[in-house]
Amino acid sequence: MSDEEISNELTEIGEIIIQKVRENEVPSVQIPSRTTSNIVYDENLECYVLGGKRTERSAGNIRHVKRLAQMLKVASFCKNELMGTERHVTKRELYYISESWGDKLKFKTQDRSDDLVEDIEAMIGKPREDLKINPKAKGSIYGDMTLKFKNPKGETMAVNCLDSADGQSIGPRTCEADIIECNADKVLAIETDGMYNRLMEENAHEKFNAILVNLGGQATRATRRIIKRINEIKDIPTYIFTDSDPWGLHIAMVIIAGSAKSAHINERLATPDAQWLGVTASDIADYKLRSDELREVDLKRVDELKNDPRYTKNDRLVQELEKWEELGRKSEQQALMRYGFEYVVDEYLPAKLKELGAPGF
Amino acid sequence: MPGKTAEEMALDQKEISVAEFFEKNRHLLGFDNPAKALITVVKEGVDNALDACEEAGKLPHLKINIDDLGENKYEITLKDNGPGIVKEQMPSIFGKLLYGSKFHSRRQSRGQQGIGISASVLYAQLTTGRPAIITSRTDENSITKRFKLKIDTINNEPEILHEEELDDGFEPGTEIKIVVEGKYLQRYHSVDEYLKQTAIANPYAHIEYSNPEGENFDFRRAIHELPPEPQEIKPHPYGVELGVLSRMLKGTESNKVLSFLQNEFTRIGRTSGEEICRLAEVDPDKKPKNLKHNEQERLLNAMQKVKIQRPPTNCLSPISEELIKNGLAKEIDAEFITATSRDPEVYRGNPFQVSCGIAYGGELEERETEKVTIMRYANKVPLLYQSSSCAITKALEKTDWKRYGLNQPGSNGIPKGPAVIFVHLCSTWVPFTSESKESIARYPKIVKEVKLALQESARDLRRHLSRKRKGKKEKRRKKIFSNYMPLVLENAVELAGDGQELTIEPIMKRVIDEKLVEEVEEGDEDE
Repeated sequence: MSDEEISNELTEIGEIIIQKVRENEVPSVQIPSRTTSNIVYDENLECYVLGGKRTERSAGNIRHVKRLAQMLKVASFCKNELMGTERHVTKRELYYISESWGDKLKFKTQDRSDDLVEDIEAMIGKPREDLKINPKAKGSIYGDMTLKFKNPKGETMAVNCLDSADGQSIGPRTCEADIIECNADKVLAIETDGMYNRLMEENAHEKFNAILVNLGGQATRATRRIIKRINEIKDIPTYIFTDSDPWGLHIAMVIIAGSAKSAHINERLATPDAQWLGVTASDIADYKLRSDELREVDLKRVDELKNDPRYTKNDRLVQELEKWEELGRKSEQQALMRYGFEYVVDEYLPAKLKELGAPGF
Repeated sequence: MPGKTAEEMALDQKEISVAEFFEKNRHLLGFDNPAKALITVVKEGVDNALDACEEAGKLPHLKINIDDLGENKYEITLKDNGPGIVKEQMPSIFGKLLYGSKFHSRRQSRGQQGIGISASVLYAQLTTGRPAIITSRTDENSITKRFKLKIDTINNEPEILHEEELDDGFEPGTEIKIVVEGKYLQRYHSVDEYLKQTAIANPYAHIEYSNPEGENFDFRRAIHELPPEPQEIKPHPYGVELGVLSRMLKGTESNKVLSFLQNEFTRIGRTSGEEICRLAEVDPDKKPKNLKHNEQERLLNAMQKVKIQRPPTNCLSPISEELIKNGLAKEIDAEFITATSRDPEVYRGNPFQVSCGIAYGGELEERETEKVTIMRYANKVPLLYQSSSCAITKALEKTDWKRYGLNQPGSNGIPKGPAVIFVHLCSTWVPFTSESKESIARYPKIVKEVKLALQESARDLRRHLSRKRKGKKEKRRKKIFSNYMPLVLENAVELAGDGQELTIEPIMKRVIDEKLVEEVEEGDEDE
């Protein structure tokens, strides 16, 4: 989405207000409601999306008038200060920037400004990355893929993701970059830094003809965004490799079906085709992995997930959840290290990829 | 060794003079410590002066001066513009304990027993050995007399040391000058506070005061008219005790029980008198002296059962609502003042009446988080000590102040807030818990009346606070719209790059005036 298009979307919000004032009406805007009652699971899209409920934010409402003024200020700031430039700001920066808007408009706390950014995202149906308000850069990507983007100076440049020693970091520019060349036939997303590093050192990207993505725990929006884009644009499958516990499985699920919190933009973030590779509950026994007992919070999480619409229709995942309950144990990815450095690349992953019908296996 | 015989013991028994008794029990009269003693001396002098002025129909004008003589000695000079005292009575009034006109009267006055001022003289004598100097002149045409006197504590008689006539233009009235051992303190328990409270309850009095630090206070009049003078009355039948009734029956000059009832009690007429006799099964024509003990008891019980009018109010000198409001307003710069005056009631045959007032906010605002200030009065005299045992405090603590907008942790006890609560009880006989007259006994009837009075005033306070809140809310609402509606348009214009010619004023005015949008929607209120 170009800056110009975003600019137009934002301008429209201002026009709604101007129009009402012209007609001598109390100015207000409609915002898709982000309350839990309006977050629904879309069976077709296989992710959470916002329902049709809208709330009105009116200048005639004592509880709304300040937030409406602030929202217009944020929109105006994005349009006039960020669009058409190479500048990006973080949510935290935005909160501090508001200090310069005067005592009336400045935000009291950051959650108030974060909230307004989400309102604008919902109104224009675009993630804040498009507004040039950045997510955290936490993930990184490694493999034979060439990306083209503008660097902070505004110069166009192309980078191969193998050129960077630790992989290309996934920030606001990377996640929306043009994918000009990709010779891999699959994406392998990995939960932990340790395993990501192991696979790089063991040449997994070459052996499996894969792009490696380091999630670093729960994937950021930017990471989810680039996984989605590679999947869609290059039409290659995605496999997610996590710890063997309900938390690891859910890291995979958020990539697959999105989170409730980002329901208003999940369509742009979720990768419904992506598959969870493991480490599965069954693997704990099959590979005789060193394991720990599931704690009470872990079991509670298992229970929650069993009732989550993203899981209920997937028999394989429900069985895995039940298996954890049965075993009462969990394991980490690194537990595979008991068989040596090469085992994960030579034995474990090939077996798993074959099981899932990955290309080349 | 054999014990004493009754005869021997009888030799040890001797009459103790009243003066001697109080010499040994000075705490009973409010002289327990030097700080309190100083206040008590001023208090007794002020009581007497105000009573005298009012009785004479003169607007009181008091001049009080306290000099620090060093070594914890203070010279107190108190001058009034009252009727003065005739020469023959001067020594007795100041030099004899239990001498007074008020003890046997059922009329409201500040002093009751005729102890106070002579006790001060005695206290001065005990602590500094200095005599009291009394000066008095009855009117412009009479001669000014001055006595220097002490009290002969064995015989309870004045001992005149010096006596003279003056010719130096002494303004009519009475002046007493005594030197006592004392301690001057400031804040709650102080002469300053005592006089301030006195000025509030007696806004028709002008009180000039110079404290030991040399600070001058001028509590001026807010009202230039004396309240009606209280009348002396006979006892009311409700609550009379058997002993009192018995004594009255023996002492009466009436020949028949019926006429006794009509003559010796207030509010009993022929019909109610007959009703009492019928209920008591006592012959109305019987001689009062001849009633047997059980007949007396039946008569007493019947008196309580028959419906009898409340006592007349003219025996009481209540502080009217108007007077309380004026008194509070002249000494406290409050944002709100209210007052309540109840109808008279009776406890144990004594009529009493409660009035109260509340001053809130204004200069008190800084005491927001402190307990409210309580000003207790009995017969227009401030009560500074023994607050916790007093009926007024008890009633105040039992009132649910949260309902009325004051903070009351635990829904019990003295409330907190920027308020002064004034409570006055007047009666022909105030049931003090001790002779030092510092707190009112907690008769349920008195506590109940005080509570009702407080609730009435508190309702006014609640109304005021809710009006204030509403006004504040309205103002805040207006401010939010005036702050942010122009910013809505301004930023929309900045965003759209259009509509620079528009103004939101008319829409804003409509929103503020008409409340166009329902204002209880989701989302927390943003300042």
